[in-house]
Amino acid sequence: MISSSSNILPHFHSDHSLLWGLRFLALIAGSLLLLIVMFLLQESWPAFQHVGLRSFFTDEGWHPSEDLYLLTPMLWGTLWASLGSIMLAAPLGIGSAVFIQYYAPSFLAKPYRRLIELLAGIPSVVFGLWGLVVLVPLIARWQPPGPSLLAGILILFLMILPTITLVVQASLAQIPVSVIHHATALGLSRWSMIRSVILPTAKAGIFTGLFLGVARALGETMAILMVCGNVVQSPSHLFDPIRTLTANIALEVAYALGTHRSTLFVSGLLLMAMIVVFVVMAEGFRHREANAHTK
Amino acid sequence: MDHAQPTPHLREAEKQLSGIQSWRPYQSAQPCCEPIAHIRAEDLSIGYHDHLALQHVNLQINKGCITALVGPSGCGKTSFLMSLNRLTDLIPGCRVSGRLQMNELDVLAPTTDLLHLRRQVGMIFQKPTVFPFSIKKNLELPLREHGKHPRETWAAMIETTFQQVGLWDEVKDRLSQPAQALSGGQQQRLCLARALILSPQVLLLDEPCSALDPISSGIIEDLIVSLRGRYTVIIVTHNLAQARRMADHVALFWSVDGINQLIETGSAQSLFESPQHELTAAYISGARG
Amino acid sequence: MLTQSKGIQEQCSTWIVWGSAILIALSFLSLLGDLLWHGWAQLSWSFVFSPPQNAGREGGIGPILLSTGLIVGICMAIALPIGLGTAIFLAEYTQGHHRFGRLIRGSLDVLAGVPSIVFGLFGNALFCQALGLGFSILSGGLTLACMVLPIIIRTTEESFRAITFDQRFSAAALGFSRSTTVGCILLPAAMPGLLAGSLLGLGRAMAETAALIFTSGYVDRMPESLLDSGRALSIHIYDLAMNVAGGNPNAYATALVLVGLLLIINFSASWMAEKWTTLNQLPT
Repeated sequence: MISSSSNILPHFHSDHSLLWGLRFLALIAGSLLLLIVMFLLQESWPAFQHVGLRSFFTDEGWHPSEDLYLLTPMLWGTLWASLGSIMLAAPLGIGSAVFIQYYAPSFLAKPYRRLIELLAGIPSVVFGLWGLVVLVPLIARWQPPGPSLLAGILILFLMILPTITLVVQASLAQIPVSVIHHATALGLSRWSMIRSVILPTAKAGIFTGLFLGVARALGETMAILMVCGNVVQSPSHLFDPIRTLTANIALEVAYALGTHRSTLFVSGLLLMAMIVVFVVMAEGFRHREANAHTK
Repeated sequence: MDHAQPTPHLREAEKQLSGIQSWRPYQSAQPCCEPIAHIRAEDLSIGYHDHLALQHVNLQINKGCITALVGPSGCGKTSFLMSLNRLTDLIPGCRVSGRLQMNELDVLAPTTDLLHLRRQVGMIFQKPTVFPFSIKKNLELPLREHGKHPRETWAAMIETTFQQVGLWDEVKDRLSQPAQALSGGQQQRLCLARALILSPQVLLLDEPCSALDPISSGIIEDLIVSLRGRYTVIIVTHNLAQARRMADHVALFWSVDGINQLIETGSAQSLFESPQHELTAAYISGARG
Repeated sequence: MLTQSKGIQEQCSTWIVWGSAILIALSFLSLLGDLLWHGWAQLSWSFVFSPPQNAGREGGIGPILLSTGLIVGICMAIALPIGLGTAIFLAEYTQGHHRFGRLIRGSLDVLAGVPSIVFGLFGNALFCQALGLGFSILSGGLTLACMVLPIIIRTTEESFRAITFDQRFSAAALGFSRSTTVGCILLPAAMPGLLAGSLLGLGRAMAETAALIFTSGYVDRMPESLLDSGRALSIHIYDLAMNVAGGNPNAYATALVLVGLLLIINFSASWMAEKWTTLNQLPT
């Protein structure tokens, strides 16, 4: 920014058109979120009118042809799969980040990081394909049928691990070297330093990574679709097949009509609300970390 | 030169702790410059990757004295200081050769217990870095990691140390508040307290006042002078007036033909009044550097 | 390297950290290895160019590659101008406390986290139904454009902000108009960052499936216009794996092609990002 806000009146004609052109484009970008919410609401409205919010939690089951729209089995499936995956991915993700930053010799740290970056870019269908062909039969041998909550948890864990690792590692790398020098001069050993000084200092970055990971796990569709079995039931056991909210939408929206279609939009809205909460919290932590470093 | 006297409230705190074995009671002012070598560097050289930062340093630091390392910036003073507690291990590509003896401990030996060494040697850096915890926790951390003092004694030790650095009145009501809210001068005193709470034998100070305003500088200087006799203090400074005010011994570092070396060392009085080397004379008179 | 102590906690932690790193590396390497193992046999030039036969069990992925290219092409053609314009607006015309700027940036941050299935629903509702485009390459491309917009804007804005102020001061001192400054001085300097961001967005678009399932459709014929339905690579993999018995070998081969393309894209993106950071560290 070169000019003060009072001086923003441009003297050139081209500047005038540029400003308005840019404002228009920015408006399009900024209104996307609003548009999405509006369209989702519009499409869900018939369901709210005819079915009512309470039915989604109290109907007898998910049978659209009989006008029964119970969402709770899918909700449980989503929540359990995401919870399981974050419980695995949090320690291992933070451990990987610590490994890259403090344990790995330099010739290993860079390739390991590249491997994680590579995996962050692998499409979910490819994870799903691998899960379908390798993981599910493996689980089936242990305990049939194979497609299960466990498969979902493991696949999600592999998918959110790179996100957590990379965000936490970036945060660790930003810790000023003076903190390390001070802690070393006090006679702290590597693990003591990591446990008592470094991880607390990087707290904001760690939470950013974890919340982004949860948001990703909640929203994952394709891989879950391919390995979870898609049976509408609340999971009572790790080996039960489940259907998540996302898989539910993906499977049925192509042929759903009328109220059925609306209810799928409602579940989309519900999903979006859950995820937005986590994303907003993650961004909040990200800003807190950025402010801490500019002090 | 005046020696610091322990104040009445310090004596009181001392009485509280006299039952605890490992806490060193304050000695009343002692003559400092006993010519007993505490640290001995023989033919010490430090290199980074492929260039030599410091060459052939032979220096003896006496117990209980304040030794100032002076010279223009970039002449290897900080490198020498960092080799004393093996902080040079953290710098990639840094190699230290020669002999470095601290009492009976061979500092440079690969088998030396570095954690033990760094608890004997405290270090203060140019820019104070407090940990992002409460004021109290900043001091509890070294105590907890050291593991030698029972938890019940911590509060008293923390109070004594804060009083020693003159910070107690300013922080006693806000021990649980974040340390990062303190001013620059207060943070540097906190760093000093953090280093002192482990009762080190040696204190290394790398230009501790250069990032502070003049008033805080003065307070820190007085504090350092008050440590004479109880700790062996080595301070790096490029402020000659400060060295003149504080030091018992002075060592001048200089870059000769691109290689940093120790030019002259001696008691402060002899170095400032009758320097032997022409570079020393030129530096002191302000003609060079 | 940080000093290790000899205590039991230090030993345990070292074992655990190394153990988890090895475990993770092995799982990922086995995944990649599995991909290569199953897919390599089917890969050939004829596979890449010929059309699928027998519901995809045989033949290749020619029309699918074309459809993917078109979808991604439309996506970038829409997203780049809007993204660049928004980024310039945010970087050059808004300060930290500017309300409009903060609103836009906030909504884009949230948008970046919205899952692809929700974008699919949105795309279906807006492009396929409301605008009447039906299942088509155009719908798919437009939906993807919405998805990659936050990535492009974020990276491009950062690259503009990274340019030191000296450039702008010099231009103002020479009496340049804002448009000249932005177009002739700042844009070329931010170009590597912009390209890196575009490549990242491109990579994300290519990997997308859920957003395309009900916007661009399933048809695996050669598309004849942008309004035709077209199948993207990721959807082809999904279809072969889930709906076609015996489709696994070709699914693997397609996956290999997709991952290979993504590798090239991501590699170029990070190479360009490195070039951009070194350029901006040179004294100006």
